[in-house]
This record gives sequence, structure tokens and C-alpha cells, in this order.
Amino acid sequence: MNVTPELDKQFRQAALREGLIDVTYDILDSPIGDLFVAATDRGLARISYWPDGMEETLARTFGPRVLRSPLDDVRRELDEYFAGNRRVFDLPLDLRVAPFYADVLAKLALVPYGQTETYGALAAKVGRPKAARAVGTVMNRNPIPIVLPCHRIVGANGSLTGYAGGLDVKLRLLQLEGAMLK
Amino acid sequence: MMEVMQAEIPPFERFYVEHRDEVLGYLRRLLGQRAEDAWQETFLRALRAYDRLQHARNLRSWVFTIATNVAMDELRVKPQPPVDGVPVTEIRRDAFRELEHLTGDLPPTERAAVVLRYGYDLPYAQIADALGSSEEAARAAASSGVRRLRRTHERHA
Repeated sequence: MNVTPELDKQFRQAALREGLIDVTYDILDSPIGDLFVAATDRGLARISYWPDGMEETLARTFGPRVLRSPLDDVRRELDEYFAGNRRVFDLPLDLRVAPFYADVLAKLALVPYGQTETYGALAAKVGRPKAARAVGTVMNRNPIPIVLPCHRIVGANGSLTGYAGGLDVKLRLLQLEGAMLK
Repeated sequence: MMEVMQAEIPPFERFYVEHRDEVLGYLRRLLGQRAEDAWQETFLRALRAYDRLQHARNLRSWVFTIATNVAMDELRVKPQPPVDGVPVTEIRRDAFRELEHLTGDLPPTERAAVVLRYGYDLPYAQIADALGSSEEAARAAASSGVRRLRRTHERHA
């Protein structure tokens, strides 16, 4: 006895309407591959290049009531970004991170579209000019890549250094934005 | 001694996908065409309680319990008190398949007990949880249901 897609959809909508869900997720296709995206009622909470085990990660962070359901606003803004029609995201964010992470990610959010900045320069902006390595760790664990543009942070010599989605993805995002690369 | 790791509560999505089809099947057996509303109500009730779950053991019998409660509400009949002192009647699963189409005529508690026992292989301890009764009462309800099915079957035969 299989639940029909229509019945399944009705249940998911009812669950959301009743406010019973801690966190909603979906998997979006994009020019750089599938993206796992998740949001709470406060805003966008996660983007991941690696969907395996993400439901469990969400349950531990936001609560066990994890449900897959379309995230239309997130899909639309990401589609616009990948089409080259969006330079700034308007999505509210739900960041639940330690204070140092929050400081670094807040400054990261201000790095403009199509521009790059070094780990050291970002560290200086949070008042910790010698903490380039710690800033690198924050970039590595950025819960919302693309929207919080850690792909715009590069090494002191202009090298791409590293990226959770792979260096090829970092390069593609910077090329999409028309960044000047060394 | 090895310490047993307490299993984590699975994300609701996994629990839902694992059980949605069999719960619908169960409710169809109990309620027929009225099953879809009861199915949605079952998973909404599960969701309302899900963040207060203390452990991940027996989630299957937990959701059958909720489904049984919803079905009972739908049938608006209180569970029948068990009959004491009656020997327990069991049937084989293949024998149950022949009788299953007659379960619609059983009283709700007997119907739930019989379907959970023979349709879903639940142990009596879990059927008791589902019915909110003792294990003996669950056994008696299933047993009484089976006898009633046989009688109905003989009348029709």
C-alpha cells in the first residue's frame, strides 16, 4: 500500500502549516552539482555540497523534526545567482555558531560580488590580524557557502588554497562573478 | 561490560519514509476508504510528539499505537473488555490471508489486534502498547477475533 505523491505532499504541507517542523531541507540541482539546502522558520541555515548524513547533522543542530519540502525562495535566489542575475542574496539567515565564527562570517558577508580578499585581511577585519589560519578554519566550516561567500577568500599570494566544494567549484564561482584572478 | 550506545532519534524524514506505506496499509485494513485522513492525522500526531521522544526503540510499534488510537477515534467505539478464561486461539499467517477480507466485521479492538498480529507480525507486548491494554488482553482480543472470523467464514462457506 504505497502513499501517493499527492497524499505525501498534503501531509508535508499540513506539517509545515501547523508549525511542527524544526528544519526543512531540499536538494537542488545547480550548474555546480546538487546542493543540499536547509532552512528553519528563521531563515536559511545550511548549504552543503555533501548531502550524505546531512539529515542527521540537521537533527542534532536544530531538532529531530527534519522534513524534506520545497524551499522556493532559496531555489529562486540561487537560480538567479547562477544565471548571473543576482549579486546579493536577500535571504534571511539562521546562523547558530560560536561568537568568533559569527564575527568572521558577518565580515565575510560584506566581501563584494566578484572581488577576492585574503584570509589575513579578513582576520584583520575582526581585529585578529594574526588569525589567518583560524579564519581558514571558519571558511572550511562555513554552514552556508555561496550565500556567505567563502569562495571569495584566497591565499596571500592569490592562490585559491581550498574549498569545501572542491577547488574547481571555487574557480567556477569566481569566474561566474567575473573576479580578476592571478 | 560493554556500554550500549543509546540509538539517536532518527530525523523525522527517515522515520516517516520508513513507515508511511505500512501505516497506510494498516489503516486501510481497519478503516477502508476513510484511511487517508486517519493516515495524515497519525503522522501529524507523531510529529507533535516527536521532539519529546526519549529514545529510538520500537518506533515501529509506537507509530502503530498512534495509528490504532486514531482509528479507534474514527470508529468511535471504546475497546471491548477482554473475556477472561477463554483459551487463546492462534492461526497461521497463510490461514489469516484467507480470512482477512472478513476483518471489517470485527469489533475495532479485535480487528486491530488481529491485523497487527497476523498482518504485521507484531509481538503481543507491542500490540498491547498499541491497544493501551495488557498483553493478556491483547492476546484475548486477537484470539477472540480469530474465532469470530472463523465463525463468519463458516457461515459464508
